Order: sequence, then structure tokens, then C-alpha cells
Amino acid sequence: MSQEHKIRVLVAKPGLDSHDRGAKIVARALRDAGMEVIYTGLRQTPEQIVETALQEDVEVIGLSILSGAHMTLFPRIMELLKEKELNDVMVFAGGIIPEEDIPELKKLGIKEIFGPGTPTETLVKFVRKNLPKRI
Amino acid sequence: MFDQEKIEEIIKEKKRWEQTTLPRWVKTRPERQIEFYNTSQIKIDRIYTPEDVKNMDYLQDLGFPSEYPFTRGVHATMYRGRLWTMRQFSGFGTAEQTNQRFKYLLNEGETGLSIAFDYPTITGYDSDHPKACGEVGRCGVAVASLKDFEILFDGIPLDKVTTSMTINGPAAVLLAMYVAIGDKQGVSRTMLGGTTQNDMLKEFFAQKLCIFPPKPSVKLVTDIIEYSTRNLPRWNPISISGYHIREAGANAVQELAFTLYDGIAYVESTLERGLNVDEFAPRFSFFFASHNDLFEEIAKFRAARRLWAKIMKERFHAKKPRSMWMRMHVQTSGCTLTAQQPLNNIIRVTIQSLAAVLGGTQSLHTNSFDEALCLPSEEAVRLALRIQQIIAHESGVANTIDPIAGSYYVEALTNEMEEKSTEYIEKIDNMGGVYTAIEKGFLQKEIADSAFKYQQEIDCCKRKLVGVNDYAIANECRTIPLLRVTPKVEEEQVARLQKVRRGRDNAMVKKILAQLHDDADKDRNLMPTIIEAMKAYATLGEICDVLRGVYGEYKELIVI
Repeated sequence: MSQEHKIRVLVAKPGLDSHDRGAKIVARALRDAGMEVIYTGLRQTPEQIVETALQEDVEVIGLSILSGAHMTLFPRIMELLKEKELNDVMVFAGGIIPEEDIPELKKLGIKEIFGPGTPTETLVKFVRKNLPKRI
Repeated sequence: MFDQEKIEEIIKEKKRWEQTTLPRWVKTRPERQIEFYNTSQIKIDRIYTPEDVKNMDYLQDLGFPSEYPFTRGVHATMYRGRLWTMRQFSGFGTAEQTNQRFKYLLNEGETGLSIAFDYPTITGYDSDHPKACGEVGRCGVAVASLKDFEILFDGIPLDKVTTSMTINGPAAVLLAMYVAIGDKQGVSRTMLGGTTQNDMLKEFFAQKLCIFPPKPSVKLVTDIIEYSTRNLPRWNPISISGYHIREAGANAVQELAFTLYDGIAYVESTLERGLNVDEFAPRFSFFFASHNDLFEEIAKFRAARRLWAKIMKERFHAKKPRSMWMRMHVQTSGCTLTAQQPLNNIIRVTIQSLAAVLGGTQSLHTNSFDEALCLPSEEAVRLALRIQQIIAHESGVANTIDPIAGSYYVEALTNEMEEKSTEYIEKIDNMGGVYTAIEKGFLQKEIADSAFKYQQEIDCCKRKLVGVNDYAIANECRTIPLLRVTPKVEEEQVARLQKVRRGRDNAMVKKILAQLHDDADKDRNLMPTIIEAMKAYATLGEICDVLRGVYGEYKELIVI
């Protein structure tokens, strides 16, 4: 299995909130599962996140937000990803996001939204299963 | 607390019980786990007896309430005299909306205010800053200028309530606004009562809402302590906070140890100003979390008081008993709330509140059951407040002081929490103090490791979380009403702020900001100039920008 390709994931914290407990646990769990994880640190603007995704050539972005600004910041991130032609990057998100916002966020192209209480194993399986196919 | 002969008899009898009675029972009813631990990784014994507290000296280790070492409480009458302050942390949307929520809570029997600010305010940006986009009024109330504070406190006389402000980086700005409002209401500064959280150290390794680097941040903290000591005798200039340390993932012992170490650093920084320890230490206050393990939490609160008293007496040679007392505010734990079966959270909050009250807190915030999903609705907040009122008036636990004292288990655990915290304190001392511990990422790593371990225990069901990894409801449908903050809040707030900037004497603001720059440059206490700036309607963002210019901005040290 040494030939196995290492999945590259960016775990990002958009917005001004500083609740990084979840993001760090996700980063560590994905890393322990053998993925290459880049964690942005706090308070990243959508521009910074997309720039990092581009520079680091990631296949997956995990967004974590608990401030309630997701309906402003997520659409902007998805828009910028399109602009930079990063359409094949798979995006998932987590944090405090009301269920009623989820359909709209999925419409924007966010693959899945995970709420509190999600086991890390679920995330690992999800990322592996939904990995974008790259040529 | 027992004579030697009696202890030996008990030890002998315990051995007999373990060899004769117990094995038969273990055979037919084996224990649920081979070993039991609390969150601090302290092994919990099967049974506690006088043997476990045999070295305790009642007068030296427990004593009486309001006397050294304060294990049994800081007030001589405790809740028989006055119940704890029921102080619900609240704030959302505009100043008008939060003013309404304050009045609602006061009307429902709340006895003190506690303001939650939004992220732009907390991180030192005005509501119209590009980074504030989408964040205004979301997680707290938006405050950018004195105008917002005038609306926030409309109809609330500052000589009748005390106000706690959860603010750190820009704490000086918000305290200055409070003083300015007091002046406007004609309330003497000597009458202003309340608390600024003003604990920057924990920001660098736990809550991580930092603006400036550690040293200038602590300079600002100390400015507030010094100013309050000299001018605001009823103000608690600092609330040294373990809550965020715990929420970030620390266990109870780490919460206790790291908080007390921060306290040590603030005593040192204030002593450097030439103040005497007995002048300022009596106004120091603390803030802890309360989690689900009832006895671990009770032991933590009791150990915290005793350990702080010893630190103040032995390390800082305080003379006044009040310099050694630890007054605390407690909040039930946000991170133990579940989004699944949210009503279960009411029961968790009840247990956590009980721990806080049995632990002798001075003030309590109870979380609302819907907080793993959104900001609390009015109904959820009222219910949370009712938990406190039922404990206060119906449970009977407030009728005697420190009712759990003398429990072999709780006393043994209190001792162990204190010992383990002391070990951490010595470790940080040997490392060279809290600044080095932050720079090395030691505290960050300790917390991240504990958080990850806790999550792993839940993931593998070693730790049961009702409704999450056990007793879950398949396809659970959540139908509780959620509070929403609309985008209109941001528009209204930005419009108000821009109107303030247009309507003020801008030449005057410019002059005061130049003065502030000079004060910061020459390392003077910044409080007097910031108060003047607030009265001239300078904004929070403008003040923080001047200080960013002098002190620079903090760059996060990332530790996973």
C-alpha cells in the first residue's frame, strides 16, 4: 500500500470566531488516518482560504465556523473557488449551522455539513468516499 | 481528623471486607469497569474511608467560611445570607434588541447583567470593517461607539445593577464606555459595580481572541487593574478565567492550574506598578466552568479557593484575608451540550449548576438547552434561569454552608485536585513562567491533547454521551424554535456608526487619538485618555487601530 496516494486536506477557520477545538480535532483525526492536513489557523478571510487551497494543491477543504456568519462567508468561498477554477475541490463544513440553512449551502456545492456530535470516524470515511477524481 | 488508633482499626476492617465480603459480590455482580477515572484522569477508588483523609487537619485545611484557607466558602453566611448572583450572559443583534433582553431577564428575576459582545467588537474592529462582514450582532451585541452603549443601558440605572463584561483585548475601551455612561447617568464612579473579564493570558492558549502580542496585552490588563484600584473601588477589574481553558479541551485539573498560574502573572504585573498586594488583590475575581462529573467539579471549586489562598499568603505575602479570598463566577459547560435530543441539556445544566452551588460559587450562568444549535431563544433562557431558581428555593442545598464537606470522597478528591494543580504550577515555574509556556506552545499542546483524548473516548464509546453515542434516536427530527439574527442588524448598526462619525467633533477625536498614541508610546496608563476618547465618540476600532500601530498585532502560534 506504499503506493497509495496521500489525500491533501485543508482545514480552515473562516470568520472571526475562535472556537478551534473542533477544527483541530478534525485536523488531527484526518492526519492520524494518513492524510496530509494543512490547518490555516484562525480568522481567515475567504480570499486567504482559497489562496491557501490553491498554493497547497488540496483536494479537500473542511470549513469550520461557529460564529453564525456562514451564510455570508461560505457563499463567498465557493464563489472564489469557482473563480480560481478549483471546481474539483471537495468542500465539507462543520460547526453551529442551523439545519434550515443546509439545503442552501448544499446548493452552493458544499458536499456535506456536519453538526456537533459527529464521530471523527464518520468524517474520515466521508472524505475517502467523496474524494474528487483527478486526472 | 480521627485518632491514629481508630484509623488503624478502619484500615484493618477495610482489608477484611475486601478479602471476605467483597469477592463474593464481585463474582456475582462484577463491576461495570475494571477502573474508573474522572476527566482529570484521577483514578476513582471503590470506596473512600477516613483512611483517605487521615492526614487532614480540620482547622488548617478546611476551617470556617470567610476565613483562611476559605475551603468552605468566602462569606460567613454564604447562601443563608444572600443567594449567588444569577447572571445570564446575553447579547445579540443591535443594542436595542439586547437592551430588551436585559430588561426581560431582570424582570424574570435575574440579579446581575452580563454582556456578550459580537466578534468584531471582541476583536477590535468597527461594525463596518471588511472583516466584520457577516459577523455583526451574530454572537453578541455589536458595540462600536458610546452611542451603542447609551442605547444598551437605556432605562437601566448603573447604581442599581452590576454588570459583567466578557471583553478582553478591547476591555479598556468597554470599561471606558461604562464609566462614561455612569458619568452621564450621574452615578458616582465609586458606585460603579461590575466586572471586566480582562484576562488576556488565557486568550493566547485557550480562547484565542487576541489583538496585540502578550506583553502589551498584559500591559493593558494591568492598566485596568491599576486604574480601578485607584478610581473604581467596587469594580472587579479582572475575572481570571478557566472557563475558556476548559471549553478548549482542558480537563478540570488543567483548568484549575492554568487559571491560577494566570492569576500569579497578573499579581506580578500589578506589583510592578508599585501597588501593594493588599490594595488590589481583594478585587480579583475568577471564572470557572462546571461540567457533568458532579464531585470532580465540587472538589475543583473547593481546591481552587484553598490553593489561591495559599498562593496569596505564601507566595505574595498578602496580609488582608480579602486578598486571599477567591470569589468566583461559574458558567455551566457549553461543550457538554448536545445538538442531539437538545432537551437532555436541561438535565446536564441542572447537574452542573448543582456542582457550582455545592462548590460555593458567588455567581452563576446557566446555559440554555438550545445552545448547541443557535443563540438561546427567550423561552430557553428563561428555563435556564429557572434551573437556578429551583436549586435556590426548592432543593434545600442553599440552607447550610458547604454541605458536602466531610465526605471522605470529596475531601480526598479536593486534596488530589490541589496536589495535581500544584505540580503543574511548579512545572510552569520551572519552565520560566506563563509567557514561556505560551511561546513554547506547552499550554496549547496540553489542552489540544486533552481535547483529542476526550473525543476519542466518545468515538470509541468508552465515555457515554446520552443521545449521541448511546440512546440515540434514529432520524431525529429537531423542531425547537431557533433564534435568528437577520442581516438587517448589520445594516442598521453600520448606518448608526457612520452617523456617529459624521456627527461628532472630528478635530477633537483626532487630537485625543494622537494623545493616546503618545500615551501608549511613553507607556502611561491609557485609561484616562480612552475615557476621554469615548466621551468624544471615538470608535472602538479607532482606539484599537492606534494601539495596533504602537504594539503590533499578534500572530497565532498554531499547535494541533
